Amino acid sequence: MKSRYSFGGDEHIFVECDEAMSLEAFFKSLSVTNAVKKARIKGVTEICPANASYQIKFNPDVIKPADMLKELKAIERDASKGKHTLKTRIIEIPVLYNDPWTHETLMRFRERHQDPKSTDIEYTARINNLDGVDGFIKAHSGAPWFVSMVGFVAGLPFLYQMVDRQRQIQSPKYLRPRTDTPKLTVGHGGCFGCIYSVRGAGGYQMFGITPMPIYDPNQKIKYLRDFMCLFKPGDIVKWKPIDRAEYDETVAAVDKGKFTPKMRDVSFSLDEFRKDMDGYNAKLMGALNGR
Amino acid sequence: MAVNVVKPGLSTTVQDLGRPGYYHIGIPLSGGMDRFALRCANLLVGNKEDAAVLEAVFMGPELKFTEDATVAVTGAELPPKVDGEPKPLWTSFKVKKGQTLSFDFLKKGARAYIAVSGGIDVPVVLGSRSTYTLGALGGFKGRKLEAGDKLPTGKGRAAKEGRTIPEKLRRGPSAPAELRMVPGLYWHRITTEAGKHFFADTWKVAPEADRIGYRFRGGKALEFVPREQPFGAGSDPSNIVDACYPYGSIQVPGGTEPIVLHRDAVSGGGYFMVGTVISADMDLIGQLQPHSQARFVEVTVAQALKARKDRARLLDKIRDIL
Repeated sequence: MKSRYSFGGDEHIFVECDEAMSLEAFFKSLSVTNAVKKARIKGVTEICPANASYQIKFNPDVIKPADMLKELKAIERDASKGKHTLKTRIIEIPVLYNDPWTHETLMRFRERHQDPKSTDIEYTARINNLDGVDGFIKAHSGAPWFVSMVGFVAGLPFLYQMVDRQRQIQSPKYLRPRTDTPKLTVGHGGCFGCIYSVRGAGGYQMFGITPMPIYDPNQKIKYLRDFMCLFKPGDIVKWKPIDRAEYDETVAAVDKGKFTPKMRDVSFSLDEFRKDMDGYNAKLMGALNGR
Repeated sequence: MAVNVVKPGLSTTVQDLGRPGYYHIGIPLSGGMDRFALRCANLLVGNKEDAAVLEAVFMGPELKFTEDATVAVTGAELPPKVDGEPKPLWTSFKVKKGQTLSFDFLKKGARAYIAVSGGIDVPVVLGSRSTYTLGALGGFKGRKLEAGDKLPTGKGRAAKEGRTIPEKLRRGPSAPAELRMVPGLYWHRITTEAGKHFFADTWKVAPEADRIGYRFRGGKALEFVPREQPFGAGSDPSNIVDACYPYGSIQVPGGTEPIVLHRDAVSGGGYFMVGTVISADMDLIGQLQPHSQARFVEVTVAQALKARKDRARLLDKIRDIL
């Protein structure tokens, strides 16, 4: 895995850790950007890790692009020697799969879909050889997911499924993007899952909806008072399938300020994870559920 | 002190020089699309250069003042009037308590900057007063202005009437606009032939042109270098594993219509990019109207830095005059 560096005009350096997505590429992006943060280089204004790449924005009046490039290459040399471990947290996200709101929306945009005769879940289940809607929900919510990038719009997490490549759910984006997606839709495009933080355009398949807000610009929601976006790259997410009754209860609890997300601090080791993915995930679940 | 919005215009928002530091979680810089014009408007009325102003797109608002103030309008040629009486552009003028500031039809450019002495004093959110409408963040209630809004203004020493920026120091779009860009990012994805006509073709601004990005059409579709798509990228040859998007980066979904991301950029996504418009030419994009023509011009990073320096010198000259 050799990084490719490119100038993004006179204010950015763009670094592709790998062309293909993998947890190794993501860890490289995260460890280098963490090291850049620590280095406190004068003139750096934005440090953005992404799935398998990262980007630094800087003020070229303070640091010349060529010098910035030198700094980054030196940091990458040191950072890639580091261990693949991460102090992070695991967060449980309740999901109402096959909900009425994304269903209404996907029906409205059916002619933009690969398979107008199925729903997004039915189609994705079929092309991934899963046993219908139930088999899909089991596969989707069975293992945890890594937040490998936050962005597109405010607070939107991109999620990477923590299973081996053969078991990762893959699904194309809509043939033409929709002009509407309900807020808090749980979506999927390529190998990435996501949660739409705001209502708007989108091209990902729509599987369900969470009652748990992840972005609050007014910072009125209890768990978003410290910061308006919930997710950070490196967070681990576990989906929890819920029914309509629990969905409604959770929405009401959020409104009353009584909902607290289930969240635990954990440390993650990529090397340990690679040795036994299912066993490692079971340990993470144990930490989440306080066992 | 306050300014009351009688008519909001088409899309008028509160903007300053933006909100750096949150792009890694998808919150863009925001701020005036034409930062040069925004700074000039503030300098003319005696504000700090980074004070919040109004950015009006294509059409001016109608504003009633509840106190005396000094005002300046820069950027697009959107002629201001006070109680119907025409006032000059790029020049400070007085608006008295009870008077109404309105605008004539747009003559040139796309975005006018309206500075009021004391600045528009909406709450500072994450270090800036700029509006990010997609995230309903900052500005006046996180949205564009509506009739009936009361905009608070700050206390500030109002500058004199008649301070002006000489015409030769003003900047606006030429036709066709030349957008200088540094090729890179995923430039290697297109063929040499496609790279040639990308620069040779004349492009036209599409109606889908806003603070997030400007779409261009009319050039030949770009041909891709064949490859097996990497894992996670998606099947279209214009797809990449979702990555960060630089401000000014030029993505070409499907290889057909280039989109230049601007101050309210989406921070990342899965489309390849052919390069990045240089920082000195970003202001110019904010002044392009739909259907106007533009060409992309290849430059090096060194040339981009030179253009940036020229731009800074121009602003220094204006600071010296005022």
